[in-house]
Amino acid sequence: MPAPRNFDSSAAAFFGGVKSALTSVFFLVLMGTYIGIGALAHDFGFPAWWLAMSTVLVWAAPAQVILISALGASASLFEAALAVTLSAIRLFPMVVALLPLLRGKGTRLRDLLLPTHFTSVSMWVESLRLLPSLPRERRIAFCNGLSVGYMGTAVTFGFVGFYLAAGLPPLLAGTLLFLTPMSFLISTARGARMMIDRLALVLGLLLGPLLTYLNIGLDLMWTGLVGGTLAYIVHRLREAAT
Amino acid sequence: MSAVSAELWPYLVLVLVGYLPNEIWRALGLVLARGLNEDSQIVIWSRAVATAILAGVIAKLILFSAGALLTIPLPVRVGAAALGFLAFLSVKRSVFAGVIVGEAALLLGGYLFAP
Repeated sequence: MPAPRNFDSSAAAFFGGVKSALTSVFFLVLMGTYIGIGALAHDFGFPAWWLAMSTVLVWAAPAQVILISALGASASLFEAALAVTLSAIRLFPMVVALLPLLRGKGTRLRDLLLPTHFTSVSMWVESLRLLPSLPRERRIAFCNGLSVGYMGTAVTFGFVGFYLAAGLPPLLAGTLLFLTPMSFLISTARGARMMIDRLALVLGLLLGPLLTYLNIGLDLMWTGLVGGTLAYIVHRLREAAT
Repeated sequence: MSAVSAELWPYLVLVLVGYLPNEIWRALGLVLARGLNEDSQIVIWSRAVATAILAGVIAKLILFSAGALLTIPLPVRVGAAALGFLAFLSVKRSVFAGVIVGEAALLLGGYLFAP
């Protein structure tokens, strides 16, 4: 548990949050991830500002990768939206777990709007770790500072990746593009602590290309529903057996 | 008018297909923020669904690459991903080690087996 910290004002707490963001391990993670996503957006023909807007509005790297690759491969808008929303369900319990840490006596709903939008893996992990040591009246400001730090990092390196991919020779641009599948594969495997998550990962890796190869419509949705539900069934059977 | 709408269209798509389908789950969390815990069955299932979708996208990006990655042969792409994953498993489950090894293997393989 980090040592308790006191900030004199909300502004001090906000900048304390920004500083925390820029010095945490997630700074490097976001840097690598968004250089890759920037290269991906360039490769699929999206404008650089569109990518920056998507980082600010969507603010979830997996959803952005799904959105860019689905739209770029000319999937229907309906299919892309479906895949994005299925990938985003996980945000729901994250918000539910975060808000009790932020709510104080005089907290209004509108004070929680920004932290709710900012909820994503990096900010969530760090908030749950750091917020308990802060006085309650400074937590929202700190959390917003932390998120602005992360989001600024992501937007900046999205541009870096975009223009690097535009200027580099094909082999090096290909290496940048490879950052996205490589880092997502490994970080998903690292986050998969339970057997069900590992199984879902393996099933998704197999089903995604298979359904695409077979030309099945809404392949991403089916990959998620079939792969995820199969993994869930195996998980329940194993639980019942023990 | 049509020039303007052609410019704005990608941003409209971003809001309708990216922002709203994603944001709705955050908004639901804000509105219904009581009484759901991390271990409830629906949360476990939805995490598995999200993991499978993301894994499907990862595999498709590697196997059915577009653009600049196409200049690197398929066996090199798959081999590099496998080597990176092995490095991750063998070096203290380090994401950094896995990504570096995978990228280095891709670069070397792409250079040696250029089409």
